[in-house]
Amino acid sequence: MRHSTTVTIGSRTFRIGSDWRSPVEAVDALYRDYPAPASAIPDYTVRLEAAKFGRRLFRPSIAIRGDYTLPEAVPQALAHGLISAEMAMNLQMALGERRFLLLHASSVEKDGKVLIMTGESGSGKSTLSALLASRGWRFMGDEFALIDPISGDVYPFPRPISLKNEAIGVMRALLPATRFGPLQAGTAKGDICHLIPDNAAIAAMDTPAPPALILFPGYGLPRDIRPVGTSETFVRLTQASTNYTALGEAGFDALTRLVTSVPACAIDYPDTDTALALVNELWAALP
Amino acid sequence: MMDARLLTKTLSEPGYAMRLDAGGWTGLLTIAHAERLTASLAWRLEGLKVPPKAAAILAEARANAEVGRTHALWEAEMAQRALLPLAIPLILLKGSAFAAAGLDAARGRLIGDLDILVPRDRLDEVEAALLGAGWEWVNPDPYDDTYYRQYMHELPPLIHAMRDRMIDVHHTILPLTARVKPDAAALIADAVPLENGLFTLSPPDMLIHAVAHLFADGDMNGGLRNLWDIDRLIREHSAEPDYWAQLVERARLHGLVPHVSRALRLSQHLFETPVDAFLAYKARKGDIFYMGRLLARNGWGQETRKILRLAFYIRSHWLRMPPLMLARHLWVKWRRS
Repeated sequence: MRHSTTVTIGSRTFRIGSDWRSPVEAVDALYRDYPAPASAIPDYTVRLEAAKFGRRLFRPSIAIRGDYTLPEAVPQALAHGLISAEMAMNLQMALGERRFLLLHASSVEKDGKVLIMTGESGSGKSTLSALLASRGWRFMGDEFALIDPISGDVYPFPRPISLKNEAIGVMRALLPATRFGPLQAGTAKGDICHLIPDNAAIAAMDTPAPPALILFPGYGLPRDIRPVGTSETFVRLTQASTNYTALGEAGFDALTRLVTSVPACAIDYPDTDTALALVNELWAALP
Repeated sequence: MMDARLLTKTLSEPGYAMRLDAGGWTGLLTIAHAERLTASLAWRLEGLKVPPKAAAILAEARANAEVGRTHALWEAEMAQRALLPLAIPLILLKGSAFAAAGLDAARGRLIGDLDILVPRDRLDEVEAALLGAGWEWVNPDPYDDTYYRQYMHELPPLIHAMRDRMIDVHHTILPLTARVKPDAAALIADAVPLENGLFTLSPPDMLIHAVAHLFADGDMNGGLRNLWDIDRLIREHSAEPDYWAQLVERARLHGLVPHVSRALRLSQHLFETPVDAFLAYKARKGDIFYMGRLLARNGWGQETRKILRLAFYIRSHWLRMPPLMLARHLWVKWRRS
């Protein structure tokens, strides 16, 4: 391919090829604080290429392809090259990952133990992980929590946090401007701005920790805490996992172990202060 | 420029990988992935000292293929249970057959749909039994449905509502509209029983089906994987007495002698398969185009040689149906798109 770069997030290395220079430059800028890959062989290859013949120069349009490709993926505008690269990397993980059980969840660590937060888009799991990371927690990831079927530990995947719409303003008020990527307006999900994890989170991106609590946050509702039983947690997490079925028995065993060894709660919150108070309260009550 | 020769070379001569640098390994693994041959490659490289990252990727691919094999065998058993009351031999085809029979060709092979072969005059009963056991139509579309039933070698694809797995119910191995007419009754009559009551095709017919699938059906997409099946099947079965003589006889019966010849030549060329010189005949001019098409993949996993690919795509339709019918089919498809 004409332009390429390599990015390592946690234990996974991506080779990114592009028909254009700008997406690669944007990726290199956003990932400037991440260490160089430990291995010159990547786990996944992604390609940002002209959607059709001639579309490299004339009305350029990015097709997201790679080791794993969704045929129905909508081509992106060249201005959204950074998001395209991110979507492409997420897609490889979602469809290709086989070593870890993948949960669509954010995760943060404190005292050597991990808090997993999962829920639908808009539940606030991304923003909550960013807020907790600004208050002394180690950020481990806002998109995927990787469960090791052998040890049961959570492995980090701390890519830059993809903040959307109002969350951008909330976090900009708390953190220095150098921690933010460029604002990408008018994407399919509205405005998106990346928040680069702090150096401690990046330095520990290979360090796993055991899970201690699973939360199902719900934004926009009055304050509430409801314990969630083992069976319900199991079913909810099969829905939150992209590779549970593909892992077969190993996936079943890993998930069973997770839900039987770690408590789970649904929390509702009307604003972020309430959410943070709820998290601290539940965390302090852990054995 | 790197092409899929890197993969075929390593599959046939695993020691070749020891000479690769990181860039070579990256290209090899990317091409293998695109051709759905990573786990097959993993089996071939077993016991060799490969870089740690490559070893991890290969181990994951192998574990993944193993889970797939378990799913595929379970799916075959589900079909067997559903069709038990009909008392017809359930003949497995392709990947599921290789796995059920424990053939080398199954090692690391990814298995997609469950492909089965049943007698054409029992098709209605089979269809009813599957629909009664939880399978449903993938795409209930009147034109496609009619098209499949009149002209194809299989029912429209069915998917199981609970297990989300597809089944292709064949009554022969090539579309009814193709110029070549394999003898489906002979395929069924010679089928070989397995211990669990399922059947596979006889070894020569199994190879002939792989060849038919490679050349006479489709545009050679995934062709390398099909050719790798052919290599594995020949290496495992050709030691049996009379294998080549039977293969010639069956190829004649099914009208696929030139196809089998070409497959043997290509497999010999790309995988150094030991083949029968009489049946392989001598190289033909067209071989070079097939070779070019099979290897049309670069180190980024991209499809290359677009014009050659297009030519094979057009050829696949040309083989599948007579010109007037093709024109009508394309017209209907175009109007509806």
